Amino acid sequence: MKEEGKRRIWSDYQKEIADDHFFYVRSCIRQSFFPGSETFFLNFMRNVLGKDVYENPSHTTCTGIGYHSDIVPLATIMTVVARHFALMKEAGYKNIAISCVTSFGIYTEILETWKHFPEELEKTREYLFKATGREFDIPENMAHTSDIIYKFRNEIAEKGKYRLINRLTGEPLNVVEHIGCHYAKMFPKSGVGGAEFPNVLAGMIDSWGGKVVDYPERRHCCGFGFRQYLVQANRGYSVSNTSKKFASMKPYKPDFILTNCPGCTMFMDKWQYTMKEMNGEVFGDNGESIPVLTYEELAGLVMGYNPWDLGIQYHMVQSEPLLRKLGIEYDPDDKFRTKDGRQMPVPENLINA
Amino acid sequence: MLSMDRNIVVIGGGTAGMEAAGQLSKEGFKVTLVEKESDTGGHLRNWYHLFPDRRDSVEVMNYLKTRIVHDNITLMTGTTIESFEKRDDSFALKTTSGGELIADAVVVTTGFDLFRCEKKEEYGYGIYDNVITSADLEKMFRKGEVKRSDGVIPEKIGLVHCVGSRDEKSGNRYCSKLCCVTAVKQAIELKEMLPAAKVFCFYMDIRMGGALYEEMYREAQEGFGVNFIRGKVSEVSENIDNKLVAKVEDTLLGRPMKIELDMMILMAGMEMSAEGRRIALSSGLKTGENRFFSPADHHFGSNMGNVGGVFYAGTCTAPMNITDTISHARAVVSDVVDYLKTM
Amino acid sequence: MVNFGFTLLKGRQIDYDKNDRSLAEYILLQEPSFSICFECGGCSATCTAGNFTPFSLRRLNILIKRGENEEVGREISKCMLCGKCTLVCPRGVNTRNVITLTKKAFQKNIGNADTI
Repeated sequence: MKEEGKRRIWSDYQKEIADDHFFYVRSCIRQSFFPGSETFFLNFMRNVLGKDVYENPSHTTCTGIGYHSDIVPLATIMTVVARHFALMKEAGYKNIAISCVTSFGIYTEILETWKHFPEELEKTREYLFKATGREFDIPENMAHTSDIIYKFRNEIAEKGKYRLINRLTGEPLNVVEHIGCHYAKMFPKSGVGGAEFPNVLAGMIDSWGGKVVDYPERRHCCGFGFRQYLVQANRGYSVSNTSKKFASMKPYKPDFILTNCPGCTMFMDKWQYTMKEMNGEVFGDNGESIPVLTYEELAGLVMGYNPWDLGIQYHMVQSEPLLRKLGIEYDPDDKFRTKDGRQMPVPENLINA
Repeated sequence: MLSMDRNIVVIGGGTAGMEAAGQLSKEGFKVTLVEKESDTGGHLRNWYHLFPDRRDSVEVMNYLKTRIVHDNITLMTGTTIESFEKRDDSFALKTTSGGELIADAVVVTTGFDLFRCEKKEEYGYGIYDNVITSADLEKMFRKGEVKRSDGVIPEKIGLVHCVGSRDEKSGNRYCSKLCCVTAVKQAIELKEMLPAAKVFCFYMDIRMGGALYEEMYREAQEGFGVNFIRGKVSEVSENIDNKLVAKVEDTLLGRPMKIELDMMILMAGMEMSAEGRRIALSSGLKTGENRFFSPADHHFGSNMGNVGGVFYAGTCTAPMNITDTISHARAVVSDVVDYLKTM
Repeated sequence: MVNFGFTLLKGRQIDYDKNDRSLAEYILLQEPSFSICFECGGCSATCTAGNFTPFSLRRLNILIKRGENEEVGREISKCMLCGKCTLVCPRGVNTRNVITLTKKAFQKNIGNADTI
């Protein structure tokens, strides 16, 4: 493989990412399943980098889940998105930082629709005004939070305590990176590095000392897809797609998987448990499962934050093997304790624990 | 007599330019043949054996080189025309080094460029080892060895038709006409060189429009066991054994297919050359939707354009093989003669 | 093993490298004209059996070449050996012989598929 070839492609797909003054819109799923992620992002941006990240408590879900499940019609979701832009305008912000990849896909898709069909933009202005009395502007810059962490990856590398190197062997860790489909596949120009060789996560891994694994099914969808999993009978389709990816990455013995989409993280994590229970299959080395991390969780580990503060114990696949490889110290007793020391119930079927 | 003091500039010293210059000089005209590289011959220098009869391209090159040996021809290599303009009945051509040429007529034979396959990111040219273009393969044939980048002899080789042709995403909707027959020729050449290898051609259509082309297609199947699979390769990746993995739909079965290959060859399409485009822009010459020069008339004016006294020949007008290029170059001479008779 | 109410699906992607092509090799050896089929479908268009069953010789030839022998085994008995396909073939493939050779191959257990 020739790295210069990839670098040439990355330079073709340079994306403009804003520097400061972000209006932050949260993700529905990530707050429940990856509780440390958004907290880390805000903490890092505000306290470590001193940036201005503004949150408006009356921002709602983007309704992407509903839209992709055929429950929320296009006109509604356009109005909801317009309302967020109106909140941005009222607070004086022009840059939006989006936490979820599905959300990112929605915003990109809607902005493109408004560009090609200006009558839809006019209709949305009308709907929003009639419903809420609000007016909005189109944001100047739209970035996904993984783009922002990518932009500041060198600062994280500098301030970081740990490198992505296996302490036991001295070799860089093998990292599988997985990009959400709605990040760049829909509009390649909206993603850092385009659709075929995206660089947003690979850049982070490179900068933090790891080795990116390029395996045959790298581009394949993880199998998340609202219709696939909302209906129980369809979940076989979803888990089969995930299984295909895992079978393809297994020979490379990845140390962990890094993703930027909440759905992908959730599924690549949870379906490992499901496949283990269904037919005993595990895809990591030595009969282990592969820990799946969000980019904020990884950034947090690199910066030396307490793993339990980052919430990685709430994944299905436990990350202790990875923590040992990284040389990060953790207190096993503290894992399921609250901040003020009370013991929480310990889950039964932990994988990799 | 007409010819005495007439001077014609031919821009581009490839197959069309050399043949046109040769024929014009025989008619008695003074010809200045301008070529931007240090040597004439254009793309012909890089080909090994030519279809349909698999003869060595060196023979055609020698024929053309002999054609341009004539007292009436002034050869200027290493020279690039920046632009030219019509002044009354003659043309003033500026070179990039500041020189000027005056001509009574201009023949543009700027030829083609091959599609740059790095643009098809999903095929990984320039990223995955062992993904090469048809032009790269011709060079390997000339050297007499076809090997992977790790020196291993390939056992399974795939050829992908229509790379940079018939493809919106590449910016070229047209068919490059010659890639199918090139693929069949190269498939046969690969089997001759490596009889134990399995060779696969992944095609959307097999376009064999030329003398003896269809016979070659049959021969590839009958005599050499080349496998033809109808389907456009969607993506290529590398697996842990450093083999290429191609995904294609076997459209005639209606099922997706995955196949491991040791080497993949991309049939690069033909595009209007960058030099030709530049001259078209700088000198007011009309090009079509496919960026090749627009003909004055599709049937009886294919050597002429929108400016009287400016003529075209060869692949700067459309993808064409060497036989047709030479015919086209001979035809342009008739048009030049007719034009000069009216001056 | 736990049943969650759904199963892992069997992939329908042809894995060219895993398939067994001994059936194709046997036919090619015995009937060299098999190699020049260019899958035009003339045979399937005129086929007697194809009117009422999904049997298609064009499709069968490709399945053989890919090594998808199970499906070949299931379909092969539908051919009535009428010979109309051989009349049509523009390349002159001895299509009827391809059928008889396939049946013979299965009887010899080449290609490991059962025939009725």
